[in-house]
Amino acid sequence: MYVIIAGAGKVGWNLARELIGRDQEVTLIESNHDRYRVVEEELEHAVQYGDATELWVLERAGIQRADLVIAVTGDDEDNILICQMAKEKYGVERIVARVNNPRNLQHFRLLDIQPAVSATDLILRLIEHEVPEYGLVQLLALEEEHLEIIEVEVGKGSRAAGSRIQDVSLPDGSLIISVLRGGTGFVPKADSMIESGDQVMLILDPGLESQITPQFAPDAAPSRARG
Amino acid sequence: MFILIVGSGRVGSAVAKNALDAGHEVSVLDSDPLSHERLDKDQTTTWEDAGGRFTVGTALEIDALLEAGIENADVFVAATSGDNTNLVIAQIAQRRFGVGRVVVRVADPARAAWYDEQGLHTVSPTQIAIDQASNMVLNAPVRR
Repeated sequence: MYVIIAGAGKVGWNLARELIGRDQEVTLIESNHDRYRVVEEELEHAVQYGDATELWVLERAGIQRADLVIAVTGDDEDNILICQMAKEKYGVERIVARVNNPRNLQHFRLLDIQPAVSATDLILRLIEHEVPEYGLVQLLALEEEHLEIIEVEVGKGSRAAGSRIQDVSLPDGSLIISVLRGGTGFVPKADSMIESGDQVMLILDPGLESQITPQFAPDAAPSRARG
Repeated sequence: MFILIVGSGRVGSAVAKNALDAGHEVSVLDSDPLSHERLDKDQTTTWEDAGGRFTVGTALEIDALLEAGIENADVFVAATSGDNTNLVIAQIAQRRFGVGRVVVRVADPARAAWYDEQGLHTVSPTQIAIDQASNMVLNAPVRR
């Protein structure tokens, strides 16, 4: 596999080192001359000096034959354009872009730059996983595949608490794949019981969350007749 | 027409003044409040008294674009000092807000040419300088 990495910051340099260690062919492109000199001492010919948003720099690095382009500079605009040109001008099949400011993620999506990885978002998800005060945690989003994995807590008195898996009414396109109870997880069967306080992992089509959470919300009071 | 210009540098501010003089509605967005001075320079009234709008904000922030009126813009001009910023905000204007005509300043001639083929109207000051200088060098009569 031939990989071009734009940006020899901490992320780019370490990625290059890891990939080279796995016997992949790598070219790292860095536009800051001082930084280039430092990285070149270790990576030698695997690093090139230049602005990876310039077409001739990408072509010099051999972008026409690249299998994967990874844009991890500190500028979101640069990362967007590098990936856009890789995909649309040079027909590179796989790209990965770094999002520095999570507020710019919408721009990556608008221009179809996927996957776009935001360290801030990843860490936030981990925090939410550790401190599940929102009830629902998104663990993984496979945007291209239109699937996501979420975790919900089974609230006390919820419809799901005390039910068998097969009796929890879930929309089509969603499936309970695992139950975490008392620090250990198991893959449930149709007749496994769900208890309040369990963490339930589901795989689903994005957008079904609002139909799923009511099953796990605490104190699902029976609807009262009015009037 | 309503024209939104991002970047109040030499190019952006001059285009803004030309457009206002031509009777259009003009809004300018720049992250530097001091760049407003360029809009007042050599004018008898202030930019606002002449009917212009000015917003301080970063173009990649959707809120700033909305405040500057992008939803009503007929023409969008990306004229900040950064090629990559210009190319990204121009595509936001085109694809997200459906602005009919998008003009982008791109210093690098190669990127300007490619993005022009993709449907943006790019202006490359570098290409214009290359063309003019080449013309002066190659076509002007040489006096001995």
